[in-house]
This record gives sequence, structure tokens and C-alpha cells, in this order.
Amino acid sequence: MVTFTAPTRLTARGRARRAARGGASRSVPAPLLVPALIAVGFLVLPLAGLLVRAPWRHLGAALSGTDATQALILSLWTATVTTAISLVIGVPLAWVLARTTFPGQRLLRALVTLPLVLPPVVGGVALLLAFSRVGLVGRYLDDWFGLTIPFTPIAVVMAETFVAMPFLIVTVEGALRSANQGFEEAAATLGARRMTVFRRVTVPLIAPSLGAGAVLCWARALGEFGATITFAGSFPGQTETMPIAVYYALETDPDAAIALSLVLLLVSVVVLVSLRDHWLRGGSL
Amino acid sequence: MTNGGGDGLVVDAEVRRGSFTLAVSLAAAPGQVLGLLGPNGAGKSTLLSAVAGLTPVSAGRITLAGHVLDDAGTGAFVEPSGRPVGFVFQNYRLFPHLTVAENVAFSPRARGQGRRAARAAASGWLGRLGLAGLAGRKPSQLSGGQAQRVALARALAGEPALLLLDEPLSALDAGTRLDVQSELKRHLADFTGPCLLVTHDPLEALVLADQLIVLEGGRIVQEGTPAHIARQPGTEYVAKLVGLNLYAGRADGSRVALSGGGDFVIPDHGRRGDVLVAVRPSAVVVSSQRPRPSSARNTWQARVTGLTLLADRVRLDLDGQPPAVVDVTPAAVAELSLHSGSQVWLTTKATDLEVYPPTDHRAG
Repeated sequence: MVTFTAPTRLTARGRARRAARGGASRSVPAPLLVPALIAVGFLVLPLAGLLVRAPWRHLGAALSGTDATQALILSLWTATVTTAISLVIGVPLAWVLARTTFPGQRLLRALVTLPLVLPPVVGGVALLLAFSRVGLVGRYLDDWFGLTIPFTPIAVVMAETFVAMPFLIVTVEGALRSANQGFEEAAATLGARRMTVFRRVTVPLIAPSLGAGAVLCWARALGEFGATITFAGSFPGQTETMPIAVYYALETDPDAAIALSLVLLLVSVVVLVSLRDHWLRGGSL
Repeated sequence: MTNGGGDGLVVDAEVRRGSFTLAVSLAAAPGQVLGLLGPNGAGKSTLLSAVAGLTPVSAGRITLAGHVLDDAGTGAFVEPSGRPVGFVFQNYRLFPHLTVAENVAFSPRARGQGRRAARAAASGWLGRLGLAGLAGRKPSQLSGGQAQRVALARALAGEPALLLLDEPLSALDAGTRLDVQSELKRHLADFTGPCLLVTHDPLEALVLADQLIVLEGGRIVQEGTPAHIARQPGTEYVAKLVGLNLYAGRADGSRVALSGGGDFVIPDHGRRGDVLVAVRPSAVVVSSQRPRPSSARNTWQARVTGLTLLADRVRLDLDGQPPAVVDVTPAAVAELSLHSGSQVWLTTKATDLEVYPPTDHRAG
């Protein structure tokens, strides 16, 4: 006995879509739809709240308070210096990890990527133990050069580098691994030594990933909080970066906190848009 | 560091890659185009890679004009960037981020010339290869034939003493291949050093190479002039490439007993012991009735197992003792009402059977 299902309505648009893309019904079953909507609400509502509560009329005034301006400037230059340092020392490390083999390489890669998952505050504590005036390295810096790092802008850059550089390294190493090494071989047969190959072939070919890694690194550095406040403290104008300023301003000057948060949100959106090819398509780094 | 062994390229080496071992001994004289013919996985590209220094040899040595490039015995090894070698890769590997002119200037620049001198050298080569109008293009904007010429210009611009070409025409469509082939032949004639040309296309090998080496399974199985190899193929693979039927057998007087079954009577060939017998597909006559026996002819029965239309003739695959590939006209197919499964008689004149000793190649 064959049972027939009563027809439902399929609009012309729906028909065209199915004809073009193929496949059966695209409607979402309720057990999937409801949790999905809750997830969307959870992620989007707080941001909406931020936009609604923002002091749009006197945004400029809120941002031009000395603390806020100082934090903004400090964050921008430390994140930029962090990115520059990460490019100078992180890209070579990524190359070493991707292009050579040596004993302990897996361990080294694990150590290098650890800060990606390590709670930043632990990173801050570790930096403090290493570079404080009585720390492992800091002791000699103090003895020999009279150099004290913690609670200075240098400490801010170091904390940010510790947390953000692995993002650049991981992105660039992945790009180096998946890059077509045939071009490097061709360059070698054309007489190019390894450094020339790196400079004239390898780097230009991975330029998009290099850019993405740098942007990612810069964004992560800009948002750094835990390691920075632990290792560098929060001296306005000296080590109080934007996230830290937001945190303190929330009690004393909520408008400034919201305004600074908006700035960080805007930066994040810009970063996301610039990385869309890298992130939003494949869904992985 | 000079050493005897001629002024060309001398390879006497073994290259191991995983479970694959390439063991070859060959020499290419200056100005000579040495073709390396063989099926996929025979080790042709591995050989080029070893000569270029991209894969070190595991035993033996490679010398060029008396200079050691690689010697597993002494450990001497010249890095790829230090070898005076021009390599045209199978898919050209043109740098996608550089223009045609920058690609061609890459080698002079990498080998120490100044920016201006490198650019001048590049434009010289672009002119010689008829690429002057393409100098500003990116590789992605080139046709296959143009990319091939740019790859050749880039390899030659480094003023190499040795040229390596890995399947230089395989990335081209059939239409442009012939044009590029004749052009490539001209440029190879201008090149004064030895040249190794890897191919699996017999026509390419016959047209471009002065001397041929057939590689199978990492060994040299035959070497000689293209004409010689086309007439007397040493292995089944080569016979198939050049379109001949090949039989191995043992000669005893005028009778040759074939190792796959069946025999031929070939008077006056003057050989004893193991021999190879080659016959052209067009030299075999197909008939539906048993032909009258004759001393100068060999006749045997066979069954049609396949028919393929090739331009103006039909190629028959025949199972018999021995099996054969035979070309007939489409009209003959109709007249004899041939179809898969037909029983036919095959005849070939003894004078069309080429008898020669098997090539005995042991590398090393």
C-alpha cells in the first residue's frame, strides 16, 4: 500500500533556488533552529547593548579625556612595535619550523604555540619571574645595565609579544608548509642561495598570509590584558593600555569605558573584514 | 678540482628515494641532446633532480666538464645554486609574482650581476626567443607556448653549462606542441653544452634528441640513436611507443622459437641464441582463408580481440601464437567482415621481420 504525502507550497523563488543548487528541502528543523537562534542572541545581544548604551553625542569628549587618549596612543604604538618585532623574529622562526628538521622540533613547536592556549595572566607571571629585578634574567639586566623592565612600556611590548607573536608564527608556518616548494627549487637551480630564495621567492609568495598573520598579531596585541596588567601594571600614560583603561574606567567614567570599547570593537570589525579571505571562507587559520 | 671523464656530463651514480633506486651510468657530450625516454616512475625526473643537486646521489658521482658536482664516495657536493645548470621544469615553475622580464633576469641577478646588467641580459634573451613584447606580463597572462619559451629563456639567461628539460612540451595542447617543438629544436641546436631531455613522448624524443636512453624501473634498458631504437626496440615498452610488434625468442638456424609461443621461419638472419624480432603492424596481412604456404612467409591463425579506428586505418588487436597488432584499411574490415572474435589468418614476409640480439644493460 503506497501512501502519498499531501503537497506543501513551493514558491517560484524556492523552485529556482533548488533547481540552481540542487538538493532537497533547505528548511531547518526546530531542534536545530532554536539552539542556533539562542547562540546568535548570546553572541550578538551584548554587542547590541554596547551600541545602544554608547554615548554617541559626546563620543569625542569621552575619548579625549587624558586617560583615554593616553591609553589609545599607548595601545596603538605598543601593538605596532609588537607586530614589527614579531615579524623580525617570528617569521624566521616560522621558516625554521617549516623548512628544517632537527631533534626536539616538535617540542619546540609546542612551546612556541603554547601562549595561544595559555591563560595570559600566567604568561604575565612567567615574564615577571624571568625579568623582574630578582628574576632569572632580570637580575643580570639590573646588575649589569641598571635596566629594570617590569612596569615600563617595554614590559607592555614584551607582554604583548609573548601573547601575540605565536599567532603570526602559526599563520606563517602554515603558509610556508602549504606553499609550493617547486618555486624555491626553481630559484635554487637559477643560482639563488637560500637567503636570496627566502627574500625574493618565499616571502613574496606567502605575502598574503604574512599580512594576515601580522594583522592577527596586531589585533591580539591591541586587546592584550592579562599578561600586560600582570607584568607591566597599569600606570596611566606608561603601561595602561586600552583594555586596562576600559576595565578601570568602567567604575569611574563609564562613558569613556564604552567609548574605548567602541574603538576596540571598530578595530576588530576592520580586522575581521581584512581577514575575511583567510578566516571566513575555510573556517580555519 | 678537475678529473678525467670527458668534457661533458658524466653520471655514474645511484639515487635512492624510499624504496625506489635509480642506478644509471651515462655521458652526454657538449652540444649533444641526450633524450631520456621511459614510462612514469622510471626515474627520469629523479635523474634530472640529482644532476641539478635537488636530490643528492647515494652512491657514485656526477661530473660536468671534469668538475665534480656530487660524489657520494668523497662526500663532495655542490649546492644547486652553485651548479652551472639551467633547468626547465615540467610545469615551468615561473615565479607568479614576477613579470616575464623579472623571471628571466632572476638568474643573472642571483648569480651576482647588478640590477642593470641583469635586466640587459634578460632583455637580450627575451629578444632572442621572440618574447620582447611580453616583458611586462605576469606568468598568469601567458599562453602555454609563451610560458614554455619564458621558462627556456629564464634557464638560458643564467648562462648554464648544462641544460635540463623535464617534459618541456607536456603542458602544451596538441596544436601548439608541434610549433613549440620545432622552435625548441632550433634553440637546442644553438646551445653549446650538453642537454638532458626527459620525455615520455616518443615523437618528441625522436625529433629533439641526438641520442636516446630508455629508462625503466630505475635502470637503463636501452641506448642508441633515435633511429636505431625506433627500428630495434629493446623492450615491450619501447616497442609499444614506436608502434612495433616485438617478440623475444631463441634462434636455431632459420627457425626462431618465440618465448610466448609460436615460431617464425626467417632464413639468413645469421644469429643464434636469444634474439628479438620486430615487425611493423602494417607488414602483417590479414586474410579469412588459409593462404597458400610459402617458405618466404610465416602464417599463423589468430582471433580478433579489439578494433580501433586510427585516422585512415583500423588497428586490430589479435590473440594468437604469437599475438600481434595489425593495421588494415577500413575497407578490409568490411570485406573480411571483421569483428571482435573473428578467426583470421596472419601472414608476414620473412624480410619484414627484423631480427637482432637483445640489448643487455646492467647499470653500474
